[in-house]
Amino acid sequence: MDPYVLKTLNEERRARRAAVLVTDLGDGRDRIVREGDRVAGELGAAIASAFRTGNSRSVEAEGRTFFLNAHLPRPRLVVIGAVHISQALAPMARIAGYPVEIVDPRTAFATPERFPDVALHAEWPEDVLKREPLDSYTALAAVTHDPKIDDFALKAALDARCFYVGALGSRKTHAKRVERLLAMGAGADQIARIHAPIGLDIGAASPAEIAVAVLAQTIHAFRSRGLESKGAVA
Amino acid sequence: MDESIYLDEARDPLIIAEGWMKDGKDVAIATVVETWGSAPRPVGSHLVIDAEGNFHGSVSGGCVEGAVVTEAIDVIDSGKARMLEFGVADETAWQVGLSCGGRIKVYVERLG
Repeated sequence: MDPYVLKTLNEERRARRAAVLVTDLGDGRDRIVREGDRVAGELGAAIASAFRTGNSRSVEAEGRTFFLNAHLPRPRLVVIGAVHISQALAPMARIAGYPVEIVDPRTAFATPERFPDVALHAEWPEDVLKREPLDSYTALAAVTHDPKIDDFALKAALDARCFYVGALGSRKTHAKRVERLLAMGAGADQIARIHAPIGLDIGAASPAEIAVAVLAQTIHAFRSRGLESKGAVA
Repeated sequence: MDESIYLDEARDPLIIAEGWMKDGKDVAIATVVETWGSAPRPVGSHLVIDAEGNFHGSVSGGCVEGAVVTEAIDVIDSGKARMLEFGVADETAWQVGLSCGGRIKVYVERLG
């Protein structure tokens, strides 16, 4: 392995950015491909699949054998709102492999009794996100219904290109939210990325069912990363 | 279950390999590039080895690491990468085979 390649790969991994290490198993030459880099042909298709699935594998392309080692940051879910839905969402998401953090400045809601074994911040999103910035391997679900708490986090999630951004509330509530986000400087194309009403349409009624719908939508967003933009280019 | 979303720098093989390199050590990196059947460590897993035989990480559940370290020291000397295969079908199975019944292919290369 090339020492510079190793150094670069570790930098990407430390910064929670996805990278695929491509090694030619014939001559040992290697290089780093970052998400969004264009690689042509069969090898390019295999690399795109490695980014999407996170699976490392050997591939035959252009008469050679390459090993693709996919280094994807661990996806995580930040939930704004220590509400009933979050109580169901936190354990479900963790089981599915998405570590959860819950942020809610209302100390009556954000209590360890209501959220045992969950990373819980009884603080304003402004303060938490300054310390632990959002990134493209983070999903954000805003479920407080309170613009004072949700709006800042939603704008931050759009700016950080979170792979999933969902917001609880009816279409009417969301229409008002869109106006506020536009006033905060969000672009219309950014706002179109918000899933609202939140969750896959499975007819969810109870808080736990809504949590299932949100988690399913998060997983779908994660596993289809990059597919939308590809469609847009074509 | 490992819950951290950040690298565990003290145990991450590739971070350790970079540190060894900065300390002026000769290093080999072993990578699981293919598995068949039941394999203890997924494709992409690393074992990193220095010229004295110190190692971190894993390519199996401890079954074949000894053999990989020996090969890695040769790779550090020669600079030539090697592809190793381990499985119960090997005649050496009793020494370095995988008791889980799987088969793995490990690529061993020198750093630099």
